Parts: sequence; C-alpha cells; structure tokens
Amino acid sequence: MTLLEVRDLDARHGLLQAVRGVSLSLERGDTLALVGANGAGKSTLLRTIAGAHPAAGGEILFDGRRINHLPAHRRVALGIGVVPEGRQLFLSLTVEENLLVAARPGEWTIDRVLEAFPLIAERRRSRAVNLSGGERQAVAIARALMANPSLLLLDEVSLGLAPVTVDDLYRSLRAVIAAGTTVLLVEQDLSRALGICQRVACMLEGRIVLEGRAGELTREQVTEAYFGLGRLEGAGRPEAAPGAGVAHQEASP
Amino acid sequence: MRVRGQPATATDRQPAEALLVAEGLDKRFGALQVLDAVTVSVPAGSAVGIVGPNGAGKTTLLDLLAGALRPDHGRVLLAGRDVSSLGAAGRCRLGIGRTHQIPRPFTGMTVFENVLVAAAMGGGLRGGAAQERALEALTMTGMLELANRRADTLGLLDRKRLELARALATGPSLLLLDEIAGGLTEPETHALVEHIQQLHARGLTIVWIEHVVHALLRVAQRLICLAGGRIIADGEPQTVMRDPAVIDAYLGSAA
Repeated sequence: MTLLEVRDLDARHGLLQAVRGVSLSLERGDTLALVGANGAGKSTLLRTIAGAHPAAGGEILFDGRRINHLPAHRRVALGIGVVPEGRQLFLSLTVEENLLVAARPGEWTIDRVLEAFPLIAERRRSRAVNLSGGERQAVAIARALMANPSLLLLDEVSLGLAPVTVDDLYRSLRAVIAAGTTVLLVEQDLSRALGICQRVACMLEGRIVLEGRAGELTREQVTEAYFGLGRLEGAGRPEAAPGAGVAHQEASP
Repeated sequence: MRVRGQPATATDRQPAEALLVAEGLDKRFGALQVLDAVTVSVPAGSAVGIVGPNGAGKTTLLDLLAGALRPDHGRVLLAGRDVSSLGAAGRCRLGIGRTHQIPRPFTGMTVFENVLVAAAMGGGLRGGAAQERALEALTMTGMLELANRRADTLGLLDRKRLELARALATGPSLLLLDEIAGGLTEPETHALVEHIQQLHARGLTIVWIEHVVHALLRVAQRLICLAGGRIIADGEPQTVMRDPAVIDAYLGSAA
C-alpha cells in the first residue's frame, strides 16, 4: 500500500527552482535513498515533503491524503518523522529528556529506541550540549523515532561525522529499517545508501534522472546520472565527446 | 574581437605560457586545513574547470586567486608577476575578473548602470570609455536589450548574465567563474554556456568552479578535481570524471 506519493512537485528558493516536477512513491516498508551532487535539490525535496519548505506546485499525498497545505507539525502528527540536517536538539536537556519531549504512543519506547542506538544508551542522563556530533545525530534520529512515525525522513545524517561514527549510525538505521519503518534518506555516500536502502533515486538539477533498485543499478550508471555525463550527447565540443554513456531513464516510480 | 583593454592572450602569445600560476597555496580556517599545497598553472587562453565535492576547497581556491583571501603559504603569479600582496581590487585592475556564486547586483540601478560601475571601479575607465566597455560587456552577454531594466526585476538567468557582464566590464584577461550555472534549467544552462564558449573563443582565459559538471564539460579543456583541500586529479575532462578516485570523492568509496 502506498504510504507516500509525490506527484510533479516543484519547490523554489526565490528565483531558483530547486525541485522541478519530481514524482516518487514509497510503499509501506520501502526504503529510498536520494543521492545527487550539491545543489541537486535533494534536501529541498525532503524539506518540502516534511512541510519545512513550501511546495510551488504538484501534490504530496500521505496515506492517501493530500497534505500540501498542512504545516510541518500537523505532518508530524500524521506520522512523518523528520531528522533535519543540523540535528537541532535541546542542548540544555538530557538525552532522555530530548527523547521524551517527542514521545508519542507506539512500538518505539525509550528503552527500545536506546537499544537500537547503543551510541547514546550509556549517555542517557548526559546533557545534549556535552555530546559529540555523532551522539547528537543519534539522539536526533532516536527522537524522531520516539514519535513512532510511519515515514522517517533523514537528511544527510553522516554529514561532518567520522567514518567510524557513521558506521555506528548506519548499524542503528539498519535496525530501524528491519523493524519495518519506511525511510526516505538523503545521503552523499552512495555505498552507504545502497547498503541500507532497497531503492536509489539520483537527482540532477532538481529532477530525478535515474531511479532503480539498489542491487540493479551499477556504480557507473549512478555516476553518469550524478554528473549528468549522458547530457553531453550532441554537445558542441568535440573535446568533450561522451564516452560509453549510459542513457538516462526518466523517473518512473 | 577581444575584451577591450585586456593584456595579451593566447591569440598573440606562445600557447604554453602560463597566465596564472598558483604555487603551494595553503589555507587554514582555525583547525581546518582547507587547502593543502595546491599548485596550479593555467596557460593563457585555456579553459580550466575545477570540480570537487562539497567542502573540497574550491571556492577558497578561487578566493585566493582573486585576492579576496590571503593564503597562509604560497603565492599567486599573473603573467609572471607576483600579485600575492594585492587584494581583490588590485588584482582586478591587473586583469583578474570574477563572478560570485550569489550575484548581488545593485538592485536599485539599471543593468547598464551596474555594468558601468564595474567598468569604472574595476576597469579604471571613465566617461565614454567606461560606457563603451559597459556596452560591449552587455553585448557579449546578450544583455543589451535589457540594459535599461532595473537589476531587481531580472530572472535568474539574466542575473547570471549580468554578473558575467560585470566581470567582463572590468576588462579581464583571466575570468574566474564561481558556480555560475547553479540553479538554472537545462535550456538556461545551455544559453549561459554559449556565452562562456564565445568568451573563451575570443581568447579569454577561464577558470571555472562548477557543480553542474555537464555544463563545465562543454567549455573546459582540462579539469582539476579537489578533495579535502588537495588536487586528486588533473587532466582531460572525461578522464577526470571517470577517475575512480574522483568518483569515490563524490560518492564515497565503493564498498
């Protein structure tokens, strides 16, 4: 059953159209990674789905209901959990307090959440201000889970963290996905994204230019889409003639 | 046709002569080493693209070349002259023009006035000469018919064209472009790339930082990839973009 359906979505930053006619859909239990270069529109797409950025056109349906005009907090109440880039914890509160603030009834209780995130289990009573970047990120994800969302949106959880910390976070995310949470995540690191998501969509200049199952896309295909190398077909410069380019599929969710 | 007042370029020099040389540039911001011993030589008349993932140090490198920032170590030579001690205004007068990632035109002025200011302040021209230079810059960027529009009424592509025109009006021999194609639709990117191709064909030397790689590949004869403040690849564009080290720098290492 379709949990999230995005149809022909546009989003702008002033003069700049960051998201252009994006369509995608997520079934319950699906996991989709959005990859793409800086400025491709990944985070804006995520934020628009979350209600943190206005849609300029198109539709967002969640659980069959059109949610375009709902403010972010109403979307949270409907079951859309968001881990924004930058974490945004209550720094003066403890880990436990940060988690309890977000709690809504459901399977994810504080004990179960802490079990999935050993990185912060031992720091339950520490104030967020005393946590490392990786621990803060773990709290941010754990806090989103405490609301028992049916859809979890994750924006660049590994940004600025040491690889070993990212390994820990991804182990925890694997547990979250195994528990059946539907996940849409933005990730720069393709291998990590492929490691936990069933599907990958690559964005280029506001559009989804390649989408497929994680096991079926090659690194070469993603590279072509990521840099738009296939777009050089017919370009004016003989020096810049394309190599063996893989033609881009248009997004077909 | 050449940009007025610019120093000699590839058309009348030995092609291999370096217009710009950056030697061993180091730059730290606090504990973060943003650039680490970066050395680049740009032949006169060439078009060099600089790519790299977020945080690679690209814009810092451009700022060091333009004189907006000073390196901790290393020096910058323009046509053999050490310009390291000069700020952005001094280097601009010697022929380094640049565009900014976020164009900030004087919004209360017309397009023409904006370009005129650049010709006067950056190009050191007065009166009729400044006006002539401004008109030429507008012509080369396809902005002539919008000359009397207020800058704040322009769409994104025209703002980028205006940014390009302002850089050209300073009479550069070296044009530094900072992510000028970002945020445009594909047809708009093509239109902008055409202007840049024409400028290059007229002999301007171009160093272009860009995330929109396919736009860059239409102009650049050579690509340099920065990652973690170091040059990890330098060469023929298609080869660089398929270099496993470059792909790993963007997408993470292949697991």
